[in-house]
Amino acid sequence: MKVLTADRLRGRALPIAVMATLAVIPLLMRGTGDVYYLGLVGRMMIFAIAAVALNLILGFGGMVSFGQAAFVGLGAYATGLAATNGLTNGFAHLALVVAVCGGLAAVIGYASVRTSGLYFIMITLAFSQLFYFLGVGLKQYGGDDGFNLPSRSDFGAWLDLTNAWVFYYAVWASLLVVLLAISRLVGSRFGAALQGIRLNERRVNALGLPSRRYKLAAFVISGVVCGIAGMWLANLTLFVSPAYMHWTRSGELLIMVILGGTSTVFGPVVGAVVLLTLEELLSAYSDHWQLFLGLLLAAFVLFLRDAPIRFPRFRT
Amino acid sequence: MKTGSPQIPNSKRAAGLVLAAAVALVSLGVPANAADKLKIGYIGTFSGPGAAFGQNMADGFMLGLEELGGKLGGLEVELSKNDDQWKPDVAKQIAEKLVTRDHVDIVAGVYFSNILVSIYRTVVDSNTLLITSNAGPSPQAGKECSPYFFTTSWQSDQLSKALGKYMSDHGLNRVATVVSNYQAGVDALNGFKSGFKGTIVAEIMPAVGQLDYSAEIARVSSQKPDAIFAFIAGGLSVNFVKQYAQAGLMKKIPFHSIFTISATNLPAIGEVAIGTKSINAWTIDADNPENKKFVENFRKKYKRDPSIDSANAYDSVFLIDQAVRDINGKIEDKQAFIRALEQAKFKSIRGTFKFNNNHFPIQTFYQTAVTKASDGHLYDARGEAVLVDDMDAYHDQCKMN
Amino acid sequence: MLDPGLIFIQTLNGLQFGMMLFLFTAGLTLVLGVMNLVNLAHGSFFMIGAFVAADVSQRSGSFTIGALAGLLASFLIGIALELTVVRRLYTRNHLDQVLVTFGLILVFHESARIVWGSAPLYIAIPPILDGATDLFDGLSYPTYRLFLIALGLVVAGGLYFLIAKTKIGMLIRAGSSNRELVEILGIDVRFLFTFIFGLGAVLAALGGIAMAPILSVEASMGDSVLILALVVIVIGGVGSVRGSFVAAVIVGMVDTLGRAFLPIMLAGVVSDSVVSNYGPGLVSTLVYLIMVIVLLTKPEGLFSARKG
Repeated sequence: MKVLTADRLRGRALPIAVMATLAVIPLLMRGTGDVYYLGLVGRMMIFAIAAVALNLILGFGGMVSFGQAAFVGLGAYATGLAATNGLTNGFAHLALVVAVCGGLAAVIGYASVRTSGLYFIMITLAFSQLFYFLGVGLKQYGGDDGFNLPSRSDFGAWLDLTNAWVFYYAVWASLLVVLLAISRLVGSRFGAALQGIRLNERRVNALGLPSRRYKLAAFVISGVVCGIAGMWLANLTLFVSPAYMHWTRSGELLIMVILGGTSTVFGPVVGAVVLLTLEELLSAYSDHWQLFLGLLLAAFVLFLRDAPIRFPRFRT
Repeated sequence: MKTGSPQIPNSKRAAGLVLAAAVALVSLGVPANAADKLKIGYIGTFSGPGAAFGQNMADGFMLGLEELGGKLGGLEVELSKNDDQWKPDVAKQIAEKLVTRDHVDIVAGVYFSNILVSIYRTVVDSNTLLITSNAGPSPQAGKECSPYFFTTSWQSDQLSKALGKYMSDHGLNRVATVVSNYQAGVDALNGFKSGFKGTIVAEIMPAVGQLDYSAEIARVSSQKPDAIFAFIAGGLSVNFVKQYAQAGLMKKIPFHSIFTISATNLPAIGEVAIGTKSINAWTIDADNPENKKFVENFRKKYKRDPSIDSANAYDSVFLIDQAVRDINGKIEDKQAFIRALEQAKFKSIRGTFKFNNNHFPIQTFYQTAVTKASDGHLYDARGEAVLVDDMDAYHDQCKMN
Repeated sequence: MLDPGLIFIQTLNGLQFGMMLFLFTAGLTLVLGVMNLVNLAHGSFFMIGAFVAADVSQRSGSFTIGALAGLLASFLIGIALELTVVRRLYTRNHLDQVLVTFGLILVFHESARIVWGSAPLYIAIPPILDGATDLFDGLSYPTYRLFLIALGLVVAGGLYFLIAKTKIGMLIRAGSSNRELVEILGIDVRFLFTFIFGLGAVLAALGGIAMAPILSVEASMGDSVLILALVVIVIGGVGSVRGSFVAAVIVGMVDTLGRAFLPIMLAGVVSDSVVSNYGPGLVSTLVYLIMVIVLLTKPEGLFSARKG
């Protein structure tokens, strides 16, 4: 934890630079079909939000979840089902997302936090499969074909999400708020306890802190933030389908987090942007782009990553 | 081993990559301003589990384009190939790019129905033509139809309805159904029930991507039905057919299916498939000069038999070609273009071709059976006509402005 | 509908599916238990074995030659991979291992598509194993599936002998429960690890080759089994081959019997639309639900190899 404080000054340079670049990109893109690029980068920021949320429990809490994509999907479904059934108010959507994702995260978390390591991964995987199949079962909403939303969330006159620019900056602001909030959280006593639990849960319990409650709280927060990312995703594409919840999507979030580095709050943002940019670039050049992506990922970890990082480690 | 914080060197590298990527993306995005060109944005699945199907479809499309020398109706074609990765949100993004940045004249391709649903509104609401050759969900045929949407394939229910009718007509009154649990499967089952007049003794829905079907096959066997109706999604359909044959049921409970056995996987299934029945509007042995040319060229170029996806995609190319010719290349007049497409004066490889009010084809569906040719290879041979000039069940719900 | 003959057949089906899972999982659990290595690319060996076997048996006309070629190819690729990439991963944390082996999955996947194309390959059941065997009471069962059950039992027996009765097996057991001790004792751990990794690759390939005649031989065939394998390992306990045998049979049984009888049982209890909409999904997640129950009661799995 001392390491994080010492690096903070140097460490802040990168997040500020990247966030500034992201803020400026739309201005650079004016006149070149900007709606497409706003959507492209917007999608990156949305997944960055989910990746940061995953890292709260992974990098800091030591809990590797294979189910965060389920919360993204749940947020998207909550928004989509509300919008399709006449409830278009954005604040209502937000409240719904928080309630649904928070509630379900509490239930799943309660069952999951008593396990750790590989077992935790599998339990979260199991729950995400469950939600995926529930989504597929919603035949009146297209089942696995998904369904379209009639319009974006209505936040009133001062935040008109139908304007692509306003939407972009709304997502950007969302990402900023999430980063600041989680940064605060990690630096607080709660965050210290969480990281202590990652390092040695037994010791934390011996000190009198109920480790499971901390883990559960972190899990719920992570689930809610992922749900908010889902709300943005539904708004961006005006489309919702169970594909958002598939376990392979959770895997991609994991890749983003590992790529960007698990020891900082901002790392996952870099991971998300890099991975999605790579996919975009590579797929334009070859049908077999996944081969190159695989080689790049493996090479990155083997050669560019430094000394073996001690944490997090599965307890098996 | 390097000392110092592990985070910073990588992040600097990553940041550099991000900035370089931004520059690259901008440079990729320079739009080509050219008149007298037909811009087509092709969306297909070229990676991941759906790649085999996406590839089949694209092969048919590209062959057609090649035969016409890269020109449709005299206009030079500017084609962009885009991989949707079978992800609806990626496809949506691609559609936006094609429509708002590249200003394409036509969006073509699209294999999977969930991809079609995700891009549909983006394309048709921007008054861009969407000419696809596989997915045919019911909303697009009915309530959500649009003058800008055309398909050269069918509405998903039609084939299973035809098969249901065929089975009823041939006295197969007790049938077990095994259909993959996903939307297209559910639609197929509903279509089947609309054509089938007998009793369904067991309705079984295995998961998509399931490996072992012994449980389902044993259930079918225990019911002792007259026949089986199957629709197994994706590449793993080979599993089901092989395992069904393995259990000795091919002779006892005749195998009827749609989208499960095709030219793509017949080689992998082998001779156990001989005698299995299906439904199709086009077959490889369709007797017309256009089809003979298509099959011959396809075999020469790709060293394998074309499948129905390739055939429908190939037809879509000639549909566009004829329509552009009919309006003398004046594609800016979209209403005229649409009317020309509706006329569909091209020569389809399936024989006669005409569109219904909802821009879905009115066509005849034939029973097919897997047969062994004299040279030993297996193919789907055309049998009797089951539904002549069939219209889908949703066309009266379609009210085009 | 629930006649004893059908129940017996479905039980055999469950057993056979369990054997297939066991063949795949045994190698994976050993690698995870002894070397603490998460190898997501394990499914690629399953696939490589099947592809090479299909290709070679078609060219040579013999299933046996194809099978041997598949096993050899997988073994060589496994050893090569271990010597180059995998050994750099032992000191890394699990997440790095996940990322690298995930990258390897993509590489193997696309390479198979480049070499053999996207369409599935053909492989025939060897003629002597084709057809059905008559059991009793007029029931018959596919011979090949009986062969799979027998194969699973033979491999299980062989592994038991290897692990319980040989010197290398003793090292494996020691390594599973306490690796540092093995290293301190001066055993050449590197050779042991290479051996285990190669063994895992061969076992996976054996599974792939055995299943190839009844599955679709295509690039993603290993991925679907991988998830189920993880479930088996979790239920059985990491590093325990005995655990993965028992767990594989349980998973095979639950999945098969669930698919066979759950819809029927549900039909009497809930409305028809619920059954048709959610029944199939529920059946698909049944295995995961069982896993969750096991984890909540016995968090380390049924037979954990770890002591303390």
